[in-house]
Amino acid sequence: MMPEGPLLSAIGIAKRFGSLPVLHGIDFSVQQGEMVFIIGPSGSGKSTFLRCCNRLEEPDSGAMIFDGVDILGKGVEINTVRQRIGMVFQAFNLYPHLSVLGNVTLALRKVARKSKTEAERIGRAALESVGLSDKVDAMPGTLSGGQQQRVAIARALALDPKLVLFDEPTSALDPELVGSVLAVMRDLKQRGMTMVVVSHEMRFAREAADRVVFMEGGRIVEQGPPAQLFEAPREPRTREFLSRMMA
Amino acid sequence: MSGFERFVDTFFKAELIAATLPNIVSGMGMTLLIAGLVVLTGIFLGLLLAALRSYRITPITVAIVIFADILRAMPPLVLVLIVYFGLPNVGLTLSGFAVLWLVLSLVLAAFAEEIFWAGIISIRKGQWEAARATGLTYTATLIWVILPQAVRLTIPPLTNRTIAITKNTALGTVIGVPEILNQATTAVSFSGNATPLMMGAIAYLVIFIPVVMLGRAVESRFSWKRA
Repeated sequence: MMPEGPLLSAIGIAKRFGSLPVLHGIDFSVQQGEMVFIIGPSGSGKSTFLRCCNRLEEPDSGAMIFDGVDILGKGVEINTVRQRIGMVFQAFNLYPHLSVLGNVTLALRKVARKSKTEAERIGRAALESVGLSDKVDAMPGTLSGGQQQRVAIARALALDPKLVLFDEPTSALDPELVGSVLAVMRDLKQRGMTMVVVSHEMRFAREAADRVVFMEGGRIVEQGPPAQLFEAPREPRTREFLSRMMA
Repeated sequence: MSGFERFVDTFFKAELIAATLPNIVSGMGMTLLIAGLVVLTGIFLGLLLAALRSYRITPITVAIVIFADILRAMPPLVLVLIVYFGLPNVGLTLSGFAVLWLVLSLVLAAFAEEIFWAGIISIRKGQWEAARATGLTYTATLIWVILPQAVRLTIPPLTNRTIAITKNTALGTVIGVPEILNQATTAVSFSGNATPLMMGAIAYLVIFIPVVMLGRAVESRFSWKRA
């Protein structure tokens, strides 16, 4: 168990795509059990920053301290780190050739080296926790978007991560399916999961987040508890963005 | 002799059918053997090359592209003759059987590599990212996530290409491999009658029509509803 201190700390994370700077030295941290929402206009760098947290994007400079270790450092076995940082994508990215259970157990088998029986036991439990026990043998293509995204969440949870990153988890869903995914995230929060969520779900952020971070132009403009950030934003740019989003 | 009788006598002469049948059947065995070996080694090698290419290591990529382009551009007959008649001059003598197997395997590998490669790059980036995000290595992702999908996508073009190349086993006739066409032309030269060639043609159909049908069956079996 970690003693004090944040579970994840980004220090001066900078990133450019070619000559285009997308992140200007982001400092950011998440406490154990905290649910942090990152909001901001498109092109603000919020997804890129999230993807730097598990090195799907390689930052150009800075440090990313996860569980006491700089995961950008030399000699870090990133594949081991990634087992403890789950990620959920906007487009679900389920493996279409594998059953629901196959999707959830692949990394358990091939990375965590669990036996088939053990992997399936864990996989079934993860699927049960997202309310999909009855879809174990289904193929992903036969599921609704909301169900697919819950499978993707179960796939991340099956590895027993300490942190889960959500990259616009409901943006690709029909409005009537959003609720089921948000319910799973709410449940995760109650079970104490640490989560960083890039999202446009302002109402959900306001209700569920412990802290909201507003990013624009590759910088963190403002952050605070949702009540403060949504009711009384300090920065004019935050106010402007929120008024556009809430309109 | 009427026109019809002449036709039957030229292409379907009963005594010749009876006399040549054992040779044609043995030719079918040889054709099937070479075709089977070519399919196994050619597709395996093509898949291996496409997988290697996906690591995007420049010298390896360049070598694979050059190999694939040359073997796809060259008529297989030219390769068969060069290898069969050329290699003995450098002290390497291969049997006609080995030459045919080697050349057709390399040609199929070249085409299969391009087809598999097209399959690999058509898999959406999100599949790589999802797998890598769970800690799978690049190679594990390739093996367990990307290739199974890429291979399914490539079944239809690969089936067509494989049939086209395995039919080239008929080239064995010019280097004395006793496959169907070789058996048929030998019998023709003894009899001066085209009946053995007609038997050879039918023998090819007997072998390849089921392959074409199998290809269609595999194609529908390997399709799945896209997520």
